[in-house]
Amino acid sequence: MTELLQLVSFGPGGWGLALLTAALMTVAVAACGFLIGGVIGAVIAWGKLAGNLPVRFSADAYTTVLRGIPDLLVIYLFYFGGSMAVTALFNVWGETGFVGVPPFAAGATAIGVVSGAYQAEVFRGAFRVLAKGEIEAGKAAGMSPFLLFRRIIAPQVFRHALPGIGNVWQMALKESALISVTGLVELLRQSQIAAGSTRKPFEFYLIAGAIFLVITWLSQRVFSWLEKRARRSMAGGLA
Amino acid sequence: MDPRFVYDSFVQLLAGVPLTLELTAFAFALGLLLAVLIALMQISGLRILRIPAGAYVFAIRGTPLLVQIFLIYYGLGQFRPTLQSLGLWQFFREAYWCGILALSLNSAAYGSEVLRGGLQSVSKREIEAGRACGMSGLLLYRRIILPLALRQSLPAYGNELILMVKATSLVSIITMMEVTGIAARLISETYRPVEVFIAAGTIYLIINFLLTRAVSMLDWWLTPHLRGMSTIGKAEQAK
Repeated sequence: MTELLQLVSFGPGGWGLALLTAALMTVAVAACGFLIGGVIGAVIAWGKLAGNLPVRFSADAYTTVLRGIPDLLVIYLFYFGGSMAVTALFNVWGETGFVGVPPFAAGATAIGVVSGAYQAEVFRGAFRVLAKGEIEAGKAAGMSPFLLFRRIIAPQVFRHALPGIGNVWQMALKESALISVTGLVELLRQSQIAAGSTRKPFEFYLIAGAIFLVITWLSQRVFSWLEKRARRSMAGGLA
Repeated sequence: MDPRFVYDSFVQLLAGVPLTLELTAFAFALGLLLAVLIALMQISGLRILRIPAGAYVFAIRGTPLLVQIFLIYYGLGQFRPTLQSLGLWQFFREAYWCGILALSLNSAAYGSEVLRGGLQSVSKREIEAGRACGMSGLLLYRRIILPLALRQSLPAYGNELILMVKATSLVSIITMMEVTGIAARLISETYRPVEVFIAAGTIYLIINFLLTRAVSMLDWWLTPHLRGMSTIGKAEQAK
């Protein structure tokens, strides 16, 4: 046990600081991806609900495709595909050789694109809970579409979407471990490095798992607090 | 984009399909067995069974699958002498078995939550009817509770199957040459990530489409009592 503590100590020879930094990197890349996914999800959900046939079809195709293929392939696409594109661009300017995209950007985009598909479904489901009468009442009160969205639609959709959004966030967090394949030094990559240099893979992957568990557990607490808060106005109701 | 090259990659990637399906089938079957066990432990009402099962589900669902795979494949390698003396080294040496073990342990945790819902949906009336016929213990579970619970969980468990197909892609990181593994090799050999992505993505979409159809056919076959009923009737029955 003391040996294990020594491995994660912050002093010389300890991996504490490196692991903590890597954990922050994990949260950062997952959070960026999750936010990108929020924007994509909102657009796709809008396309599914309001679009004409071609828009609706493309939105449906987007969610079907991205929920049906492995995340790892999407990460490969954005990392290697992005690097290809950047290299081609640099070659136009006369630079030669291979230029890689920053793994952080590629990883966050990949997470965003995948989590956007799931968030779209969550938003769409939550939107359907809205009573038509409420939108009509807002219109009758003279609200512009933007005001209607801000005051009537967004708060209610957000409230109903919260549990689903929480799940998508947990997925984004766990998916971020896959970005280690691009060399981004997040939690899993850092553990790999530490495991390689100390020859203690079991301990370090166990530690990585434990840190992930702490992060997901904390997120769960934050989301259940948010859900409780969002429900304040509906005290006594079933939802 | 070169359609010819997409086709060529598609043909090469097909060589990985048997392994992807094999991993999926093995891990899914083993995961299902474990999931039934864990779900039964969770609803047993005995603290000594419930707490470890709950802890297991929490730990697995809170950590990324890739960490679990690394922990088993690289981490357990550290205990080689012990495993050798136990005669288990043959098993843990192979990426194939480590992958199947990690995938089934992972799927068991998620699946047990689905089954728990299914088990809880078996109504008291049916259990009482079984008891009245003189069934008890194992016979009651085998004839009444488990079949009803499994049928109830089937649609949600179908999603587990799709997730499993996607999850097998991670085993490519520990050297297994299934579809994603071959895709990664093709990308690094040809530097054409977009084409390879389209080909590999198509394969996964076809597999997942066929499996989804198979699950809904199985569901149709298992629910003759719901056929020819209106949607409202189905909702009533489901209660």
